[in-house]
Amino acid sequence: MPSPDPAGSVVIQLDDVRKVYGTASNAVHALRGIDLTIRSGEFVALMGASGSGKSTLMNLLGCLDVPTSGSYTLDGVRVDRLSKNALADIRNQKIGFVFQGFNLLARTSALENVELPLLYDRTGRHRAPRALARAALERVGLGARADHHPSQLSGGQQQRVAIARALVTEPRLLLADEPTGNLDSRTSLDVMSVFQELNDGGITIVIVTHEPDVAQCARRIVEIRDGHLVRDHAVDDRVLAAEALTHLAVDPELESDAVASAAP
Amino acid sequence: MKATTLVRVAGQSIRKNTMRTLLTMLGIVIGVGAVIIMVAVGHGAQSTIQHQINSLGTNLIMITPGSVAQAGVSQGAATFSKLTVEDADKLKRESTLLSGVSPVIMTRTQIIGGGTNWRTSIEGVSVDFQAIRAWPVQDGTFFSDADARAMRKVAVIGSTIATTLYPGTSPVGQELQIRSVPFTIVGVLATKGQSAGGGDQDDIVLVPYQTAQSRLSGSIRIGQILCSTYTQADIPAAEEEVRSIMRESHHIANGDDDDFTVRNQTDLAQTAQATTQVMSYLLAAIASVSLLVGGIGIMNIMLVSVTERTREIGIRLAVGARGSDVLTQFLVESVVMSVLGGIIGLGVGFGGAALLGHLTGWATATPPSVVLIAVGFSGAIGVFFGFYPARKAAALNPIEALRYE
Repeated sequence: MPSPDPAGSVVIQLDDVRKVYGTASNAVHALRGIDLTIRSGEFVALMGASGSGKSTLMNLLGCLDVPTSGSYTLDGVRVDRLSKNALADIRNQKIGFVFQGFNLLARTSALENVELPLLYDRTGRHRAPRALARAALERVGLGARADHHPSQLSGGQQQRVAIARALVTEPRLLLADEPTGNLDSRTSLDVMSVFQELNDGGITIVIVTHEPDVAQCARRIVEIRDGHLVRDHAVDDRVLAAEALTHLAVDPELESDAVASAAP
Repeated sequence: MKATTLVRVAGQSIRKNTMRTLLTMLGIVIGVGAVIIMVAVGHGAQSTIQHQINSLGTNLIMITPGSVAQAGVSQGAATFSKLTVEDADKLKRESTLLSGVSPVIMTRTQIIGGGTNWRTSIEGVSVDFQAIRAWPVQDGTFFSDADARAMRKVAVIGSTIATTLYPGTSPVGQELQIRSVPFTIVGVLATKGQSAGGGDQDDIVLVPYQTAQSRLSGSIRIGQILCSTYTQADIPAAEEEVRSIMRESHHIANGDDDDFTVRNQTDLAQTAQATTQVMSYLLAAIASVSLLVGGIGIMNIMLVSVTERTREIGIRLAVGARGSDVLTQFLVESVVMSVLGGIIGLGVGFGGAALLGHLTGWATATPPSVVLIAVGFSGAIGVFFGFYPARKAAALNPIEALRYE
């Protein structure tokens, strides 16, 4: 286990990663040789149209799948040839996921949702799961709603719970797949402000999106098309979500509170 | 995951579908309940039979006339009465292991007494009979050896005769006519109850066999000779001794078959228990079909549950659950469900057995071990029928599971 790396240490290292689906005669080349390096503390937006291969890349980065060829080193560990169980352990220890559809367990309190990854920890490094889960919820500003069920929370709040769940294991990498896809623009900004705050605190974030507005919140944009990496550049005029929010007339917290109290 | 967490998570998901869970558990509830009732009735019947066998007497050996083969053609059991008083005398004289021997002369006839009449069985026995059958006298005394040798017309009656012919009064000293021969009642036997065959053991008149032979005309035969041993351990050796004395008494050549049958209490008990065994097997078959159907119900609902919760499984896999974690989770869920059903079934079974005993008057008995068996068995059903759905859940691909709508 690496202790806190010096700033700029490599978190993700992809070398000529290819992914082919189907049989040889009927092969679909989703990724045709990706080289990518992401360092600690970066905030990368992964962009591309649907069918570009960005979902495949996302699944590989998240250790949900392994490449057909090429090498993938995550936080110093070669993960491209690991077994299913080893991949599960890597996901548990090194990666935090945030999904488009929030993917919280229904009829389960926010606190228990956040605690979930800790239940699958095999290293024994998390002493008090409940306390850690509560701390993670407080970090995303939802300490007061720990006992609420997802149905009692607004979309923005649900996504904050999902972020807290991703953070609770203190992963090396926060991976978000279209985290604002189901949210209106105001709530999107709200969620992005959380990501920016976390990134300012030193957390490495990779976010998959097709929305340029959202991508402008990142520090670096990587574009992918037809399985190739076509553009990789730093964001010049970065949008600061928290600042953008103050320019909007209605306070999103008030609105989301209204939604929450209307929910059963 | 810790065991407590697993059970808590299983409890949560079971509570989310309370009605469905209850209906699913019903199969197990009925199955386990049926098993308990079956065991209760079976045990009750067996202890009743054991009690009835014991009421025959202690360390009993029974000699009955055997089959006779004439020129190789078997004539069937009890073709001829081949037992004689001489056989009984010889046994009494020569045996070393027998504590008592009594020939039993049996006949059925009309008796007159107490101003009314009654048809009953008359048995001519020796004084040893009382000890062999371990049958105390509740009023008066048993007839004595002197009575027997003098062929006195004395009788000891069963409690059924006493209450039927002499209600409200003591029959001791009163007169009883058997085939117009007046007998004096000297004692009333204590109530023995039903025999294993369902007959009333107390509907009987005992007279000395010597008296029966000389005073009572008509069809008189020695139906059996009853013997008893000093201890239960003596029974096998005593049976051998009885057999050799009887062969000698009947002049049976070496190599020829016995013309009598020697049985002991254990043989009788085994015969009776074989009957209840058949009944138990039948009930067990019904109960196991019910448990099987209950198990299939659990498997069915677990398969539905796995499909419904595909997304949940995807989430769990994404945050680091291994396949084995998911497998364990679903297995624990089906086991919790079936064990819960088993526990409810225990209650239903105990209640049902008590109710059945109350309504039918059957003796029911539930040994405590049945609790462990019921819970263990329903747990095993949970594992067996929960395994396939759980394995299906564990084999899901996280990407596809997360994408599942």
